Amino acid sequence: MTNSWTDIKNTDLVVVMGGNAAEAHPCGFKWVTEAKANRGARLIVVDPRFTRTASVADYYAPIRPGSDIAFLMGLINWMIQNDKVQWDYVKAFTNAAFIVKDEFGWSDGLFTGYDPEKRDYDKSSWDYVIGEDGFAQVDMTLEHPRCVWNLLREHVSRYTPELVEQVCGTPSDRFLKIAEMIGECSAPDKTMTSMYALGWTQHAKGSQNIRGMAMLQLILGNIGVRGGGMNALRGHSNIQGLTDIGLMSNLIPGYLNIPTEKEPDWQTYMSSRSFTPLRPGQTSYWQNYPKFMVSFMKAMWGDAAKAENDWAYHYLPKLDVPTYDILRMFELMDAGQVNIYFCQGFNPLLSFPNRAKLTSALSKLKLLVVMDPLATETAHFWENHGEHNDVDTASIQTEVLELPSSCFAEDDGALVNSGRWLQWHWSAATPPGQARHDTWIMAQIFLRVKKLYQDEGGVFPDPILNLTWDYADPDEPTPEELAKELNGRALEDVRDPADPAKVLTAKGKQLLNFSQYRDDGTTMGACWIYSGCWNEDGNNMARRDNADPDETGAYPNWTFSWPLNRRILYNRASADLQGQPWDPSRKLLEWDGEKWTGYDVPDIAPTAKPGDVGPFIMNQEGVSRLFSRGMMRDGPFPTHMEPFESPLANVFNPQMRGNPVARVFVGDAEQFATSEEFPIAATSYRLTEHFHYWTKHNRINAALQPEFFVEISEELAAEKGIRRGGWVRVWSKRGEVKAKALVTGRLKPMQCGDKLVHVIGIPLHWGFMGAARKGFGPNSLTPFVGDANVETPEFKAFLVNIEPATGEAVS
Amino acid sequence: MNIDLSRRGFLKLAGAGVAATSLGAMGFGGAEAAEQAHVRAFKLASTTETRNTCPYCSVACGVIIYSDGDLKAGEEARVVHIEGDADHPTNRGTLCPKGAALKDFVNAETRLTTPRIRRPGAASFEEISWEEALDKIARALKDDRDANMVLANDDGVPVNRWTTTGYLAASATTNETAWLTYKTVRAMGIVGFDNQARV
Repeated sequence: MTNSWTDIKNTDLVVVMGGNAAEAHPCGFKWVTEAKANRGARLIVVDPRFTRTASVADYYAPIRPGSDIAFLMGLINWMIQNDKVQWDYVKAFTNAAFIVKDEFGWSDGLFTGYDPEKRDYDKSSWDYVIGEDGFAQVDMTLEHPRCVWNLLREHVSRYTPELVEQVCGTPSDRFLKIAEMIGECSAPDKTMTSMYALGWTQHAKGSQNIRGMAMLQLILGNIGVRGGGMNALRGHSNIQGLTDIGLMSNLIPGYLNIPTEKEPDWQTYMSSRSFTPLRPGQTSYWQNYPKFMVSFMKAMWGDAAKAENDWAYHYLPKLDVPTYDILRMFELMDAGQVNIYFCQGFNPLLSFPNRAKLTSALSKLKLLVVMDPLATETAHFWENHGEHNDVDTASIQTEVLELPSSCFAEDDGALVNSGRWLQWHWSAATPPGQARHDTWIMAQIFLRVKKLYQDEGGVFPDPILNLTWDYADPDEPTPEELAKELNGRALEDVRDPADPAKVLTAKGKQLLNFSQYRDDGTTMGACWIYSGCWNEDGNNMARRDNADPDETGAYPNWTFSWPLNRRILYNRASADLQGQPWDPSRKLLEWDGEKWTGYDVPDIAPTAKPGDVGPFIMNQEGVSRLFSRGMMRDGPFPTHMEPFESPLANVFNPQMRGNPVARVFVGDAEQFATSEEFPIAATSYRLTEHFHYWTKHNRINAALQPEFFVEISEELAAEKGIRRGGWVRVWSKRGEVKAKALVTGRLKPMQCGDKLVHVIGIPLHWGFMGAARKGFGPNSLTPFVGDANVETPEFKAFLVNIEPATGEAVS
Repeated sequence: MNIDLSRRGFLKLAGAGVAATSLGAMGFGGAEAAEQAHVRAFKLASTTETRNTCPYCSVACGVIIYSDGDLKAGEEARVVHIEGDADHPTNRGTLCPKGAALKDFVNAETRLTTPRIRRPGAASFEEISWEEALDKIARALKDDRDANMVLANDDGVPVNRWTTTGYLAASATTNETAWLTYKTVRAMGIVGFDNQARV
């Protein structure tokens, strides 16, 4: 989230698209209720189903799964055509005025540079014209035909209300009503918030869905303001934290990158990370990358990371592919190229696509290690559970270790909520039986591996032998010790660059925040964006002052919000070029003639004059990007792409399937279906009574929603002869499920041009372990393909067929 | 952290006060001591209260956990009740149908309590000691790493990556667990490393 849950009360309009907050985030959704009750805010829901959120909305429109980009580009087109643009904001705070290279263009659904053999773009034309002064050229009048604004205007002109209706199945009167409601928020004193979740991410072009809304929010001037923002609801309690700390194939904590093979040494790695400003006077904060990187290397390897060995650069692995993400790992596993796999609190057998392939892959492992508080389906994948897990146990040679770990009630530490608050919690109970903390398990595994290398030698032991491990009890590092490493500390006295006589932080003390990180090896710090969480003031994540001065929703002294306790990102953009709030009633920051004052920690330097430094300090431009240059693999603007399995051909290019640059493995492409074979569109979703695959282990939740079902429209039920509560078989090209039919008015067939599209909904909470009845999940059906930029699987739009089936009597 | 102004203490006082006052008013002063011995204390009065946050979605509602036993005093402790934390700015004491049933997750019958191993081809798990399980894992890791670590690519560039072992981390663990996991997994050179954010 750019903002926070409690900030939602400040909004005028909530758009829930790509999520279902009332169902999946009920207590956060109460802030929408608060805004509706106390501000007169309105709520719009756009979703294939009439969801629980839709049931309390002021306005609802249906949309065909996987067509969100067409809807969003349609909205941007309508805003431009009807002059619903926050012009001062767009000109000052976006790259609308930047001139783009002449070679860049778009035709037939594709941008310039497409290579169908490589399934990739040559992105060299997707960039600005750079002047002789080394800066990007701009035309602040926005008259230049090649400026971003005019290219955007042309790009979105295709997305008329008629095209939106044809592609999305959204009646144009509904689309136009929503456009008008959103258009009101282009006024400087009106704001809108976007609340989205996996309904947008789980597509082969999920990143572009989100970009589309971010662009709309920028055009309306809604980023950086109270009650505005792009607010990812996020699905797990610390999914934000694990991403921040970089537990992803290609990441280093704080959104630094694991090197690739093309970066054979430190100098090469750093040379592409100089981040020189593209406009005069801009901050371009990533210029501090070397400080963050060196401090990270010192946190990992201490004295073994030094200038002479490029801070132990070769201790880091180098990637030969963009990521060894989960889809790739299961592909390799199924090809017999993975021997050992760990699942720590992760149940991939139910949470990754094409379950038949997952089972086949897990069966080829030598060793599977599962660390979990609960007995998961993954740990029991080799057990035969009849139709719910029909495997040949004796033929599966995988050895499985199932290790009992503690749960939230049994450990101390911080979780990061969607609003970036690092909230410390305390243990209340003893883990059951022999269950142990994950920290103890990790330490035990590591220390044993280290000892084997010490005793026997072996291949490249250096990064293992030299890993810092200066914990009071090496067998079980404490949460306090680990949190302090995340913050960082001074390895030598840290001095003020402006006055070297002045010691800012003495050797051995905790750093104040990341402004004290150094690139000369005198500081260590694991995750720069967290710095300040545990400095010499103590554990700021444990702060519990719930005072909220002037009731802005900021709660500035409640726990710690990264970065620097900032509560709203890009908050400089809440004020105009003179530094005065766009909306005085929603003041966040204000320039008092000498410095920035207000309710939040400013993004830019506190004394940076309002006209000089742009709010988007992480960008080299100092402004936000309506045109994302070559930073995304599938285009600098979002362009409509169909799901890989779609009932319709792409309206711009009938030959184009799915996302033209998404990675597709050969065997999986053969398992993509056509709408001739599988005519019904399907999507997956969550229920408020369940959390993923955990709560089916709870008696209460298992009783509240005991049994797997699929949701179908009355029209489809009539067409197929399916009874309410009757059994159905649903099958795709990859598998089948048996379920009871929930025949409902919450889903309606959608008229897309001359095609009537039926959509069915499949909830995801059942498996073969736990207290609930055995059932299936959507992943028995879904295709094995991910988003072109981040490899998030396409769970929200795929093709199936359905027929009545027999089963035991409905109880 | 235990709550400073203990609700347990308050309840104890309140419970005793009500019993004494009402008995006295009814003229049974002499029976007071005997009667008090029969007044059952509120169940919460004997519990330890701890601040925590819900482990499900990222709204991260504040909760108060009531335990039988006090961990901080070195005792064994068992969760007997969990409710919303009224002091928490986000949820202000409210919980959803999942959070309200959290105790059932902590005390679920399918909680794992002992390390177990399933041998190749076997039809069931058998118990194994932690020592044996951890030694087995370390041996397997060392052997697989030594056999399959890629030290350099075809151009001779040091790459030091290990692709035949993979690791999925849990997005419900703490930052601190995540950092220790990061350190150990990365130091070994594992690149097949992800968490639920990939989904």
